[in-house]
Amino acid sequence: MSVKSLRQTVQGLLPSLTPVRFVAEDGTPVAKPPAGYREPSVEALREAYRRMVLGRRFDTQATALTKQGRLAVYPSSRGQEACQIGAVLALRADDWLFPTYRDSVALVTRGIDPVEVLTLLRGDWHCGYDPAATRVAPQCTPLATQVLHAVGMAEAQRRKGEDGVAMALVGDGATSEGDFHEALNFAAVLRAPVVFFVQNNKYAISVPLARQTAAPALAYKGIGYGVRSEQVDGNDLVAVLAVLTDAVAHARAGHGPVLVEAHTYRMDAHTNADDATRYRDADEVERWGAADPLSRLEAHLRARGGLTDADAAAAREEAEALAADLRTRMNADTTADPMELFDHVYAEPTPQLREQRAQLAAELAETALTQED
Amino acid sequence: MAETTKATKVTMAQALNTALRDALREDDRVLVFGEDVGPLGGVFRITDGLTRDFGEERCFDTPLAEAGIVGLAVGMAMGGFRPVVEMQFDAFAYPAFEQIASHVAKLRNRTRGRLTLPMVIRVPYAGGIGGVEHHCDSSEAYYAHTPGLKVVTPATAEDAYWLLRDAIADPDPVVFLEPKKLYWSREDTDLERRGALPFGRAAVRREGRDATVVAYGPSVPVALAAAEAAAAEGIELEVVDLRTIVPFDDETVTASVRRTGRCLVVQEAQGFAGVGAEIAARVQERCFHSLAAPVLRVAGFDIPYPPPKLEHAHLPGVDRILDAVDRLQFGDEPDTRHLLKGAVA
Ligand SMILES: Cc1ncc(C[n+]2csc(CCOP(=O)(O)OP(=O)(O)O)c2C)c(N)n1
Ligand SMILES: [Mg+2]
Repeated sequence: MSVKSLRQTVQGLLPSLTPVRFVAEDGTPVAKPPAGYREPSVEALREAYRRMVLGRRFDTQATALTKQGRLAVYPSSRGQEACQIGAVLALRADDWLFPTYRDSVALVTRGIDPVEVLTLLRGDWHCGYDPAATRVAPQCTPLATQVLHAVGMAEAQRRKGEDGVAMALVGDGATSEGDFHEALNFAAVLRAPVVFFVQNNKYAISVPLARQTAAPALAYKGIGYGVRSEQVDGNDLVAVLAVLTDAVAHARAGHGPVLVEAHTYRMDAHTNADDATRYRDADEVERWGAADPLSRLEAHLRARGGLTDADAAAAREEAEALAADLRTRMNADTTADPMELFDHVYAEPTPQLREQRAQLAAELAETALTQED
Repeated sequence: MAETTKATKVTMAQALNTALRDALREDDRVLVFGEDVGPLGGVFRITDGLTRDFGEERCFDTPLAEAGIVGLAVGMAMGGFRPVVEMQFDAFAYPAFEQIASHVAKLRNRTRGRLTLPMVIRVPYAGGIGGVEHHCDSSEAYYAHTPGLKVVTPATAEDAYWLLRDAIADPDPVVFLEPKKLYWSREDTDLERRGALPFGRAAVRREGRDATVVAYGPSVPVALAAAEAAAAEGIELEVVDLRTIVPFDDETVTASVRRTGRCLVVQEAQGFAGVGAEIAARVQERCFHSLAAPVLRVAGFDIPYPPPKLEHAHLPGVDRILDAVDRLQFGDEPDTRHLLKGAVA
């Protein structure tokens, strides 16, 4: 390879020096729009805005339900809505999504029933929706393991001659796991149509990014594997949607995987069980509050004449209806059936499982009897 | 003159924290590291205040990678340190299994003892806390099945302290399983006076003449509660707490079963190929002529760990233990449980 083409190859893989951004924090367009990306249409942004309002409301409602004891735990993505919504809107309905525990808002945006999204956290079952029908893998907790699955799904689609893409969502902390690196390498070697979307929300529970990596940005993790990479302002929906749409198109066209790092911030604690005051100060949280993705998009859309008071009110009303419905249905007690524990371990229960199923049935019958006495 | 004791209420979490502190203070080679163990003090607060009090050099957060944490500990132990690492939850230790099975367990053997690994892998362990998936595995059998590892699980705060001190001082690697549901249970103890038995010895937690119940870690309080209930019906159960699964105290278990003539093994973990199976086999090999009934196991079912709302149906409780006691053939009735309706296809 000549030095010139080598330089071109390297340049083509490296992310832009600063995160791609279309809209500044106050909602005004940046002075020089980023080269190489198409700004989404006003129509697309209006839809994104609506989804962000719904997503934000879903998230705060889920947090409230957790405080009321309706969820075992809830990892909020408040502040990360541009990423949650941008990721889903960049995909086609037949593309696959591989989310984490943090990505409930993305799932709601994908059209999954919010109650089914929360089945896991409600403690009824491990996954409440149908991954095959929705093309959304079960929300994944063992960190970074799902990233390899996305590569495998992308490779499966490629071999079947389908033009579907797989997108893996992953956190900043999880990029330290070996599986993340293996996934990048496999995808590049296989030229799999997969997009790795890192939501760098600056913390892995209490551990700040600086303790996670010495790289200038997580997007630089791509070049070592030959994966095209980009970094984006993760609180600028316009930029997230533009960059991810481009990444998905690149993968779909058969040009190989793309790694996108979004710089965002986790406004709430890791989960309701976490005490974030132990490791970060209020000033920092306040600063990021000023970078709120929802108010930024709203200001931007209003300035472009793409959003009226009536539109905003309609979105809020729809969000309140979603929250009310969620409250009603989540406040109804569910009874998980213990017998189901034996139903899905294998296609056919083993003789031992049959025996244990009968044992549990007898135990429960006995308990019911003693309770009647 | 009677010794003065300063017994105070201590939780298992506090006892573990104190053990780490005392070890850090007494031995410069001891290091604590893992995910969120620094300023946060660990998600269960077991390392609370250690970074503040001993500095970043002694207790620190690593990048998020369990294989990395254990691999780093192997190298540092080879280099003369005594790492005490934390896996955040039982099911999140699996990325480290390669390092544990291939290196932690084997280095002494491979090098004919020229390299040894005095290190401790602490693992918040087992269920009973309503955790969502991957937060409640009982993984003791994987470790106990791996020669070269010692495997420990305390059931009391006092044992938590002393077993952890012993584990850190041990010349071999120890997987230290901390029953999550017991972290906040309190007991009166004076951690400055060793009441605990030596490492490797099982404890008889309750004496009884009719049957021996062998338990460890999270199952010990359940076994004790069952013994209490059985006593009300005139059956005296002896409860043996293993404390260390490896090394296994055949002597204490055997002596007890030879006295009582009956034996039950209780574990939270799924029963198939579990630690309870090993115990049952050892007991019948050693006590066959003393046994009046087959050794029975009371365990979780052979299923992936259930979601929070179904945990209660899975975990062995007092009733399941008492059912098994009934099947110990006090009336010379054979065990017909496998003939239950629905048990055969
Ligand atoms: C393999 C593994 N190790 C540890 C954990 C425990 N854990 C859950 S979330 C988390 C932090 C993840 O941080 P990051 O990847 O940045 O995602 P975020 O939670 O910030 O969205 C940790 C350590 C886990 N789920 N899986
Ligand atoms: Mg993070």
